[in-house]
Amino acid sequence: MTKEQRLKKRYRAEKRFKMYGLISVSLAVIFVLILVQNIFSKGSSAFSRTMIEVAVNYDSSLLELEGPINQNSLKDADFYDLAVESLLKIYPAKDSKEERQILRLFSPDYEFEIKDFLIKNPNKIDQIVPVKITASDDIDQLNKGNFPRDLPEDRRRVSNYQLNIYDNLIEKEKIDKKFNNYLFTKGDSRDPELAGIGGSLMGSFFTIIICLILSFPIAIMASIYLEEFAPKNKITDFIEININNLAAVPSIVYGLLGLGILLSVMEFPRSTPLVAGITLSLMTLPRIIIPCRASLKAVPPSIREAALSVGASKFQTVFHHVVPLAMPGTLSGTIIGLAQALGETAPLILIGMVAFVVDIPSSPVDPSASLPVQVYLWSEQAERGFVEKTSATIMMLLGFLIVMNFIAVYLRQKFEKKWN
Amino acid sequence: MPLFAGTAFIALIAMCVAVPIGLFSGIYLAEYASTKVRKYSKPIIEILAGIPTVVYGFFAALTVGPFFRTLGESLGLTVSSESALAAGLIMGVMIIPYISSLSDDVINSVPQSLREGSYAIGATKSETIKKVVIPAALPGIIGSILLAVSRAIGETMIVVMAAGLAANLTINPLESTTTITTQIVMILVGDQEFDSPKTQAAFALGLTLFIATLILNYIALRVVKKYREKYD
Amino acid sequence: MELNNSKIKIKAKNLNVYYGKKQALFDINLDINQKEVTALIGPSGCGKSTFIRCINRMNDVIDICKVEGSVEIDGAEINEKNVDVVTLREKVGMVFQKPNPFPKSIYDNIAYGPIIHGAAENKDQMDNIVETSLKKAALWDEVKDRLNEPGTSLSGGQQQRLCIARALSVNPEVILMDEPCSALDPIATAKIEELIDDLKKSYTIVIVTHSMAQAVRVSQKTGFFHLGKIIEVDSTEKIFKNPANKMTQDYITGRFG
Ligand SMILES: Nc1ncnc2c1ncn2[C@@H]1O[C@H](COP(=O)(O)OP(=O)(O)OP(=O)(O)O)[C@@H](O)[C@H]1O
Ligand SMILES: [Mg+2]
Repeated sequence: MTKEQRLKKRYRAEKRFKMYGLISVSLAVIFVLILVQNIFSKGSSAFSRTMIEVAVNYDSSLLELEGPINQNSLKDADFYDLAVESLLKIYPAKDSKEERQILRLFSPDYEFEIKDFLIKNPNKIDQIVPVKITASDDIDQLNKGNFPRDLPEDRRRVSNYQLNIYDNLIEKEKIDKKFNNYLFTKGDSRDPELAGIGGSLMGSFFTIIICLILSFPIAIMASIYLEEFAPKNKITDFIEININNLAAVPSIVYGLLGLGILLSVMEFPRSTPLVAGITLSLMTLPRIIIPCRASLKAVPPSIREAALSVGASKFQTVFHHVVPLAMPGTLSGTIIGLAQALGETAPLILIGMVAFVVDIPSSPVDPSASLPVQVYLWSEQAERGFVEKTSATIMMLLGFLIVMNFIAVYLRQKFEKKWN
Repeated sequence: MPLFAGTAFIALIAMCVAVPIGLFSGIYLAEYASTKVRKYSKPIIEILAGIPTVVYGFFAALTVGPFFRTLGESLGLTVSSESALAAGLIMGVMIIPYISSLSDDVINSVPQSLREGSYAIGATKSETIKKVVIPAALPGIIGSILLAVSRAIGETMIVVMAAGLAANLTINPLESTTTITTQIVMILVGDQEFDSPKTQAAFALGLTLFIATLILNYIALRVVKKYREKYD
Repeated sequence: MELNNSKIKIKAKNLNVYYGKKQALFDINLDINQKEVTALIGPSGCGKSTFIRCINRMNDVIDICKVEGSVEIDGAEINEKNVDVVTLREKVGMVFQKPNPFPKSIYDNIAYGPIIHGAAENKDQMDNIVETSLKKAALWDEVKDRLNEPGTSLSGGQQQRLCIARALSVNPEVILMDEPCSALDPIATAKIEELIDDLKKSYTIVIVTHSMAQAVRVSQKTGFFHLGKIIEVDSTEKIFKNPANKMTQDYITGRFG
């Protein structure tokens, strides 16, 4: 091989090597984009809900009301007959089978939606009024274009008859989309169109608050002790190694810990944010202590010496000077630790947060789900409607994580500026 | 036994994805990328580590799994939609930043004088990286890979959602496999008696997992720490 | 006398170097003779390192560094785009201020250069290159029994000689030395100076040094730098006995700044 050939070969190798690097970085970035794009394209439709406008005949004789008509009596009344009567009028049905198909165009809550409308507008009694009613998941997905219409009928969830009605309604402009407030206000449900993350949102909120209350003070105190007061010897060395080690232990192990100690020995209530918060705080503790210690370490010794030289005690030096200066750094570490806890699923599954909870929890001891667990639960469901709900939940979850991380980065930058 | 094999197998697939991509990304970011590229792509890659694993699980189960199945069908292979391949691949993606960020750090801490020594005898950049920088940074890189392995072994949600629950002893990546973590979840999900032998088995598995990851982390942290001391 | 007979190996013409906006070298013109030792002296930060790094284009490695002007080796311009730095650096070796052996065995440290340049066809040739390089660097006798030990296990002076051997392994024509003795004790320094004296028979050497005595001992020609400008260049004898410039006078007598 001549010198020139060899040189050419070496430069080719150089180019190739650089290319591998570029490809790897691009791949990693592309993965992020694909993931985000995939979730957003699936989830964005969950923020709207298909409504069908129906002319409802609020015929008081169908309500079997006793006494005067007011809010209370309306609340107790049974609207089922009235609702069915009006709904069936949207399209001719030739037998009870077809009637059932008509009702299945609507979400099972139609009766209550019709009732709520009248309670809000009591003067509409004995009138025929157009009311918008939430469509069933199948129609919702059909309307959003997620169901292919050209499959043979037996492989479709919507029958030909229902398709005809749908087309007819579209023609009459009775089908409409509106902002899906149910997504945020309702708890879990077996029907995708009625399922919301209100419950899991509250569950996550309580969990994180408990996790914060438990882990933050302990982590701060532990890191202050280890960094400022503890003697440097074998024991503290051992503790240091173990803290680093614990931060890398799989989260599921903490779930087992929570299950074994909190639930079986101490008999805390299952499926509650209380247990979840305690379990996650065990996991978060070492993950917070590490950045807390790092930011205490970053406070220059000159500050300590300055405080000590004007006669402050060791205690005063630490709490009046060092800790306040390290605060942004410790807060930033805490927020990142909590963000990790917020996304944690496996330990919560073990402590039973997978229960099906319809009610929105009002305290940390009510059974509930949390956002990531909700993602897990809904992803197991077959209905197409849950896919978009799951994706929407992920969008919310990622949104929270992004906000938390931005705050953490902001705090950290503020902190770093001080010394440079 | 199938459990341990499954765990090792999925971790292996994950490392096959994460080690090359993570290592080359780390090298590129540390040695080639302009400050601007580095400033933007490093945080983007690190997003991968911040995404909750349940999201990866969802993505693997709903998008990647079915994609592989249709791909397999068109190639005439039977691919279970809950395959070890899908779970391993996605886990690998999740682990990329663990390797890239740490190796970026250790490569940056290799003294510039070593690089200059190599350039001065006429080595190209890639020769310098391959023969001088990487050998010098090797302990740190190995430490980061060990941490990543321990992460892969302990990962639960991706496997639960994407790799299925059948304890197969298989090396066919197209079939479903299960891991220690999945098995724990399977046993303990729902109501159960605390002293049944099954629950105890789950706790025993958990303990095994704990010890295994503890040992890995311990070695990894030691290696990285030793390395740091060398160049400080 | 000697000066006029010798052939010019390196010729720097109107060389300006910038680090970002800051100019580090101003209009440098300097000729370096073949098979001779040229010493560069001057206060810290005056641009000596910057200058010798221009001779093997080591400044390419620094992003913000911009080089203008011309450097010719054997009459060929090296600052042109199409000049291949790899081949250039094969021809122009460099030894650094702090010994920087690779984290490899002594043998591999020396073999590294020949391997990447494909200089050896087989193991025997390689062994041969390693041995002659180490012998030229006066290190062979000390390490011949421990070639497989890491290069970092040697003493500072040995490490520096290892780095010199490493530079010699690819058969350069020029050797640049940037304060090669600043991290060494007097005995190790004396060894290296002896070595330099020996090497100048076959190589052109440029050495940066802070020690006047060293410049006097090893060099035939000396250049004095100050604030990025070259103040005076002449034979070492002339510079130290009878400098033309007042500043040079002040610097070599230690009355500077
Ligand atoms: N990488 C760099 N980036 C920015 N400025 C630099 C860089 N390297 C050197 N400089 C500047 O260029 C000028 C010349 O530096 P140089 O290292 O050449 O000096 P020197 O004569 O070798 O000094 P010393 O004797 O201390 O080694 C100095 O003012 C220095 O600040
Ligand atoms: Mg210098």
